[in-house]
Amino acid sequence: MSFITDWLDWFPTLFDGLLLSLQITGLSLLLGLPVGLLLAVFASSRNALVRGICVGVVEISRGAPALVVLQLFYFGLPSTGITLSSFTAGFAALALTTAAFTSEILRAGLQAVPAGEIEACQTLGVSRLDTLRFVVIPQGLRIALPALMGFAILIFQATSLCFTIAVPELLSQAYSIGSSTFKYFSVLALAGLLYAAVTIPATWLVGVTEKRMSRHLTLAH
Amino acid sequence: MEALEAVLLGVPLTLLVTGASLSIGVVLGVPLVMGLRSRNMPIRSACRYTVNLLRGIPAIVWLFIIYFGVSIGAFQFDAISAAIIGLGLISAAYMAEIYRGGISAVHAGQWEAGHALGVSDWTTFSRIVGPQALRVSIPSMTSYAISLIKDSSIASTIGVTEIVFFTTQDARSGGGGLTVYLLAAAVYVAMCIPLGLLSRKLDSSLRKKVSR
Repeated sequence: MSFITDWLDWFPTLFDGLLLSLQITGLSLLLGLPVGLLLAVFASSRNALVRGICVGVVEISRGAPALVVLQLFYFGLPSTGITLSSFTAGFAALALTTAAFTSEILRAGLQAVPAGEIEACQTLGVSRLDTLRFVVIPQGLRIALPALMGFAILIFQATSLCFTIAVPELLSQAYSIGSSTFKYFSVLALAGLLYAAVTIPATWLVGVTEKRMSRHLTLAH
Repeated sequence: MEALEAVLLGVPLTLLVTGASLSIGVVLGVPLVMGLRSRNMPIRSACRYTVNLLRGIPAIVWLFIIYFGVSIGAFQFDAISAAIIGLGLISAAYMAEIYRGGISAVHAGQWEAGHALGVSDWTTFSRIVGPQALRVSIPSMTSYAISLIKDSSIASTIGVTEIVFFTTQDARSGGGGLTVYLLAAAVYVAMCIPLGLLSRKLDSSLRKKVSR
């Protein structure tokens, strides 16, 4: 069983890579979610220009593959004079993707808040901003939570694309071990299992959250 | 204009990889969903683990495992086959989940009616529930196809000469890096829009003929 000693040898390096992958995931979510919320709110703005810009940003960054956005940030932006380190380019690109995708998830969540509640606020003379802050957003976020968690898993998987811009994350570490030992299958399998060790329990957590969040629905009917 | 030509050079292979892996997924998803719904516990959990692993590990890792990792004697997969097999297997897992959702969306009364009339399990599935489940599934299948077009860009990392491959090549050799990437993005968006419209149209017309 020589592969077990190999795996033990490689594990610390790969684990460092995994931590970096998780760090990129965290940063992209931290940066992307607030922007996504803004985009979701402004996508239903009364100003046509604001609405148009929001929809444009969302559609382009959702329509283009994450890989293209990533390489655009790293290889494309230097031609305009902005040079980012590979780590910055990685999480900035993934944050933009996050913003675009989560804005759609959040918009669906916000729209699922019953219209009667917004009308009630209007009747009570609550301002539009306060209606959003205290009524629509808190409930919309709760509705959107399972879908957002599901998306966080996809973004964690997408950090593997940072391999192409030489961020030393999990896949890059595995690949460099593979290219020096030629045991590609073994090291990539270990890397795959490390990814699965994060995503499979996370998927299970999404399922639990989904059930908890819809608990009240069974009572209502 | 030259940049656009460079980007468009990759379109055929992007479409080939997407189409071939989608076909593999649509076909292989059927036995997989039957396994997921099997009454036989070992088969069910084996299928569940397969689906979870296929979906839980990033596509790029699967492609690397197949392209760099698999060598049987002197045999190794070439880049295009590796990409098609890898993305095909992942699509099979996603398709199985889509089919599963479709089957559970069909009203349970359809199964009961089949049983009450003495129709066998298999015939109830293949003639009554299956076709309705497929109708429910088609909109999710088209949205999966859209995301697969984008995921096929990952094939460029193992050297398949599709859109991103030519884009990167052009960006590295020419000066205007930003334009060529924006063009690539625009080409992807342009390929996805017709599918998105189709999905919306199919959704409304197919949902009418399903008992829920």
